[in-house]
Amino acid sequence: MIQSLIFYLFSVILLLSGIMVVSARNPVHAVLFLILAFFNAAGLFLLMGAEFLAFILVIVYVGAVAVLFLFVVMMLDINFEDMRKGFHRYLPVGFAVGAVLLAQLVMVASAWVMDPQAISPASSGDNTRALGQVLYTDYFYPFQVSGLILLVAMIGAIVLTHRPPKNVRRQNVSSQLDRTVEDTVELVNVESGKGVL
Amino acid sequence: MMVIGLSHYLTVAAILFTIGVLGIFINRRNVIVILMSIELILLAVNINFVAFSTFQHNVIGQIFTMIVLTVAAAEAAIGLAILVVYFRNRGNIAVEDINLMKG
Repeated sequence: MIQSLIFYLFSVILLLSGIMVVSARNPVHAVLFLILAFFNAAGLFLLMGAEFLAFILVIVYVGAVAVLFLFVVMMLDINFEDMRKGFHRYLPVGFAVGAVLLAQLVMVASAWVMDPQAISPASSGDNTRALGQVLYTDYFYPFQVSGLILLVAMIGAIVLTHRPPKNVRRQNVSSQLDRTVEDTVELVNVESGKGVL
Repeated sequence: MMVIGLSHYLTVAAILFTIGVLGIFINRRNVIVILMSIELILLAVNINFVAFSTFQHNVIGQIFTMIVLTVAAAEAAIGLAILVVYFRNRGNIAVEDINLMKG
């Protein structure tokens, strides 16, 4: 009873904030609603018993991805009103595609039954331990590859956005060694009473 | 009130997926909101994975959710980096003007 109440609470807030993400006028508000959606999805994960993923969702999505979005939205100086020009023009086709997609998904979900053989016996023990026992043994290579993906993303983001500093003077050893006496020193006989022009 | 089963979670994930696709369509000009809609779609996929994983007592679905999370984070980082570079060069991020590579 209390479980279904919590489920409906989380899912309704999740769906409403999802609608607000795609329809908010101000992108900053959209990002904040995205954070709310992630929190409610984490609540649904907790309800399903996937505690570790719920915490990972909050840490990774709210702590990193959503903050990154917020940072970029606030950093770029963009006239967002200009971007909403096509909003009403695309609304009918968007709703049409969405309705078709939703109808198909509902058809699949309603006509679908789970084979009782697919259900393994319920395992005891906590979620994090079970995940770790599988992740570091059977799924070790996918785990390593996901680390590689993060490395590539990090290097890519740095390479894309890094600009070498312009006002910094650096030591250039080869040009220092290339200097000769003729290039740099000039001997002048100075007559007394006159300066050097 | 009936007990919460797998189909409840699948329905929520389906509606969330549809909202994400709708967001891509109606915000054609705003690439930041498109990226956020993709995040919503990936979140719906994750809910599906975790729901199946829970109701089949099989932890492997949650492993896949973690991998999807990784890819989503990488995609958001790279996408926003491209956006920042584009804004630096052009002064706006209007998606419809990005046709330099059309040839």
